[in-house]
Amino acid sequence: MASAVESLPILGNHPTDQVRACDTTTLPVCLTAQKFIKLHAVAAVVFLLIGGIAALTLGLTRWPAVHLLDAQWYYRLLTLHGLNMLIFWILNFEIAVLYFASTVLLNTRLASKSAAWVGLVMMTVGAIMVDAAIFGGKSDVLMTSYVPLKASPWFYLGIILVAVGTLVGVINYFATIYIAKRDQTYKGSVPLVVFGATAAAIIAVVTLLHGAVVMIPTLLWSMGIIENIDPAWYRITWWGLGHMSQQVNVCAMVSIWYLLGTLTVGSKPLNQAVCRGAFVLYILFINVASAHHLLVDPGTGSVWKIWNTSYAMYLAVLASMIHGFTVPASIEVAMRKKGFNRGLFGWLANAPWSNPGFSGFFLSLVIFGFGGGITGVTLGTQQINIMAHNTLRIPGHFHVTVVGGTTLAFMAITYYIVPLIFQKDFYAKALCRIQPYLFGGGITLMALGMSFAGSYGVPRRHWDIEFTGGLFATGFDAGAHVMLGIMGVGAVIAFLGLLLYCLLVVAAVFFGRPVEGKPMEAWNEEPRGQIDAEEVDEHKTPGTLVIVFVFLTAFAVYYFANWMWLSDLWEVR
Amino acid sequence: MSSKEPDGKKPLQKLMDNPWLLLVLGIVIPTLSYTVWGWIELWLVPPAALP
Ligand code: HEM
Repeated sequence: MASAVESLPILGNHPTDQVRACDTTTLPVCLTAQKFIKLHAVAAVVFLLIGGIAALTLGLTRWPAVHLLDAQWYYRLLTLHGLNMLIFWILNFEIAVLYFASTVLLNTRLASKSAAWVGLVMMTVGAIMVDAAIFGGKSDVLMTSYVPLKASPWFYLGIILVAVGTLVGVINYFATIYIAKRDQTYKGSVPLVVFGATAAAIIAVVTLLHGAVVMIPTLLWSMGIIENIDPAWYRITWWGLGHMSQQVNVCAMVSIWYLLGTLTVGSKPLNQAVCRGAFVLYILFINVASAHHLLVDPGTGSVWKIWNTSYAMYLAVLASMIHGFTVPASIEVAMRKKGFNRGLFGWLANAPWSNPGFSGFFLSLVIFGFGGGITGVTLGTQQINIMAHNTLRIPGHFHVTVVGGTTLAFMAITYYIVPLIFQKDFYAKALCRIQPYLFGGGITLMALGMSFAGSYGVPRRHWDIEFTGGLFATGFDAGAHVMLGIMGVGAVIAFLGLLLYCLLVVAAVFFGRPVEGKPMEAWNEEPRGQIDAEEVDEHKTPGTLVIVFVFLTAFAVYYFANWMWLSDLWEVR
Repeated sequence: MSSKEPDGKKPLQKLMDNPWLLLVLGIVIPTLSYTVWGWIELWLVPPAALP
């Protein structure tokens, strides 16, 4: 499959006054798309900050030695945190990514400016409505809003607005790739990053349809128009929204990994067909994994549960493992070609670790793969889930997927979006360089603390695990408290990383030095090694192979350890 | 061994180059396997015999 970017006609289908050539990459930038990329990115960062402030208070509440908030505010801010992070921050950033991928990489104009406005306004008004409903005090239902917990109708209306607004953005994306094809603004197949973004957009459609099916009746129920919503029906349908949206994140994140590989070390996908095939596996099979949230629910049987969380879903796990190999392998090939051909890991040791785009991307890959992937497959196994369900192991898992993985990848790409799209320079470059380590390190520490505390049985979504003032002495032993302390320290460090990111981005976007008319200042010197690049065999990636075997060993050990714990707990003679 | 169509594209590549077909498959497969099947299972649960 030919790379489309190489063969772009210069003007695409842009009206002449609505396009500029990027001073760094020479790619054409549609000015309308640029405006909406900026607006969605700014909205995303605002919601990240709101969710981040809530995160700090939650971390300090779940740390028993501090126990900051009272019960009501713990649940209120937990609701706020879940929605602002998982929905508002992530979705706004993803729409920015979709607009970028479709217009810049396919050399086309954005299909509809009006639709982009409608989407943005609906998403923003909806999110403000939800946050106001939460602070209004009548919507302490957590982000899942499981019925029969009832929130104010504004809460549900806000979520519907955000979902429909996002759908409008996604439809605008599809319309954009349609006009690009119609106007032949590119030749051959779309570039891999656009293919991955399309996978994300497809998954977003099915996600948002589930959202509409579950949220509209729930809104009517909260208004007293419908009398009853079946809780089991609600849970199945809600997770069609709640979990499928995480798969949008996975596709967006993997696409960003490929993009950052190219931007930071000039890597190329090793094999286009294999990488695309992996995205197709996501499109077809990843969404059924939503069933793993319902593994201890009555109502559905084991066949439905095991088919959806194991047999079918493992095809999507295979896809993740393919990307988990091809992404670092493409970096290895690129670095070896630059002359870092010594030993197994010379390429990795000499990678541009001081470039926050690279460090954020590679940390995201490692944290997501080793942390999120291994725990996800294990916890999603029906038998093992019975030990882990509703314990802190679950937030321990998803803070290394959607936070250490997706959020960190989004942060990493920001170090390119700001100079290339906002055309502004960052201040305090030294702080930019340490930010991914601070955030990635903090989140990893927090997730480890959560996971081990959860292994002691510490529940998630629980304000006071000591049941202070209860009739019977209860609580957890010292080991669990140590783990909760580690979680708290990790939460503080991650919050500092998040705050630093927000401050650096705001300073650059609103007060940064304009860099229009000149190429972006590189984050690092071009890495140059000693050995002649010609010697590199594109198909030999021994370093990555070693990493893969370390990964598979860690996976096997963790998986079997969990079965062993299960057999300890539940002895079968 | 080549399974190329007359336009020179292999079937898998044709699928990959067709976002609309991927969109349909991406909606239909999870909706049937997860959602509709799950709803049917719930629907088949007999009502509880509570007093
Ligand atoms: C500084 C970074 C962050 C910290 C310190 C943090 C901390 C926490 C804590 C302590 C909890 C409560 C766990 C419980 O008591 O059950 C939580 C829940 C959660 N977090 Fe985060 N978090 C961070 C970032 C994020 C991000 C970026 C996302 C999403 C993109 C996210 C998604 C969630 C979700 C979905 C929940 C569960 C909410 C619920 O149970 O309803 N977090 N987080």
